[in-house]
Amino acid sequence: MNKHLLSMADLSLADIELLLDTAVQMQEVQHRDVKKIPTLRGRTVINLFFEDSTRTRSSFEIAGKWMSADTINISGKGSSTSKGESLRDTVLTICAMGVDALVMRHSASGAAHQVAQWVDAVVINAGDGTHEHPSQALLDAYTIKQHHGRVEGLKVAIVGDLLHSRVVRSNLISLRTQGADVTIVAPPTLMPSGIRDWAARDGFALTYDFDEALAAGPDVLMMLRVQRERMSGGFFPTEREYTEGYGLTRDRLATLMSRNERAVIAHPGPMNRGLEISPEAADAASSVILDQVSAGVAVRMAILYHLLAGEGNVQ
Amino acid sequence: MAPTPEGKPSPNSDPGPTTPDGEGEGRVVLTDAEMARALRRMAHEVIERNKGTDGLVVLGIPRRGGPLADRLVAMIEESEGVRLPHGTLDVTMYRDDLRAKPIRALAGQSIPPSGIDGATVVLVDDVLYSGRTIRAALDALADLGRPTAVRLAVLVDRGHRELPIRADHVGKNLPTSSSERVSVRLAETDGRDEVRILQGRR
Repeated sequence: MNKHLLSMADLSLADIELLLDTAVQMQEVQHRDVKKIPTLRGRTVINLFFEDSTRTRSSFEIAGKWMSADTINISGKGSSTSKGESLRDTVLTICAMGVDALVMRHSASGAAHQVAQWVDAVVINAGDGTHEHPSQALLDAYTIKQHHGRVEGLKVAIVGDLLHSRVVRSNLISLRTQGADVTIVAPPTLMPSGIRDWAARDGFALTYDFDEALAAGPDVLMMLRVQRERMSGGFFPTEREYTEGYGLTRDRLATLMSRNERAVIAHPGPMNRGLEISPEAADAASSVILDQVSAGVAVRMAILYHLLAGEGNVQ
Repeated sequence: MAPTPEGKPSPNSDPGPTTPDGEGEGRVVLTDAEMARALRRMAHEVIERNKGTDGLVVLGIPRRGGPLADRLVAMIEESEGVRLPHGTLDVTMYRDDLRAKPIRALAGQSIPPSGIDGATVVLVDDVLYSGRTIRAALDALADLGRPTAVRLAVLVDRGHRELPIRADHVGKNLPTSSSERVSVRLAETDGRDEVRILQGRR
């Protein structure tokens, strides 16, 4: 495993399996009365979030705290960046205080890679622009394994705003490494450019037709959020029309369950209920959305354990 | 980091069957028959000390404490007709030398559903050496609940304690020098039962 966790491409299949196995052990801690283990005592983890986040930031914070690390949250708003400090100066300042790990989210793709070159601390990419979100892909894999017992050979459909999604990029790498059979679904305007070459190279399918993907009876249906904050308009005519073509409506939920009764519905959150996912689907028995959140803490504990508990990472 | 082989709790015992040494090397201090006899005696001692089987929970410390705990439980079942709640206790995350070594994969833990509150926990390990593994185990237990008492059963006590810890039940006391290594092999993990003393090269 590399010193940093910047991209799912940094992780081999063995690394992924090691992290997921460790997360199983960590989830046991999550169910204890006293949720505290001394493993990272004396380590300092800074959550540096230049973009809004509920679950990623709080789950990294909880993960660190349960393992006895000191965790501190810094958000872009209210930090010196709003006074015009550059990203480089901000991270160098923070690291000068003696920090062991930086968990970072930034709106610029590649921000975490750049920061990893500037600092000695371990850098964990918690989302960089529309590029990657490795810990999300790991918790998705964990949740899939929890429900299906494996990832290899499963049919996974990923549906929605692929253009702006870092979750889909990390998941495509992760699911391919783990041998899943992936189909991505989006309207043409929300397909990233160059995706056909990528699909041809990495062997996943792509379609503009959600109903066709549903008819194949996927084992996992991963719905992605329509990222309105990154859209300057023009990607689809109206929200109603988007829901019509790409929303997981009550009818589509029924189709999915009739095609594959073991199918599970995942969503990285936050959800736009009524837009990409109907309340019926979000709260369905086959929905694993809250399991994903719960897995998030265990998986992030596993990440912190492997990157921080040892003597520093010698490759 | 390549996935590290499973961490061995005792800093003294050998790192597993993959190491080229130990094959026919050193001297055998416990044969399979002797090991079986020692374990049988320990099983009886555990019951005698507890005046029966009430409230006992047997927890092995991975790796080799796990199979040893299973054997003690099986022997107690044979003589007393009671199958004690048992499992394994992973102490990796409680070790004081985590930072001094490459990262260890977690060994896996299973605590009986009845828990350890109010129980008399018998910890089982293969070799007692510095006592640091047992210190970590006591910390791990404290986070899981409050046992009435904790006892320690080890197959081999080789001395050289660094902490005020002693075993209640010992299979064999083995005076060693700290340059020697004690290699415990079990049928479950290594294909055969045997304890050897090796000249350390580490």
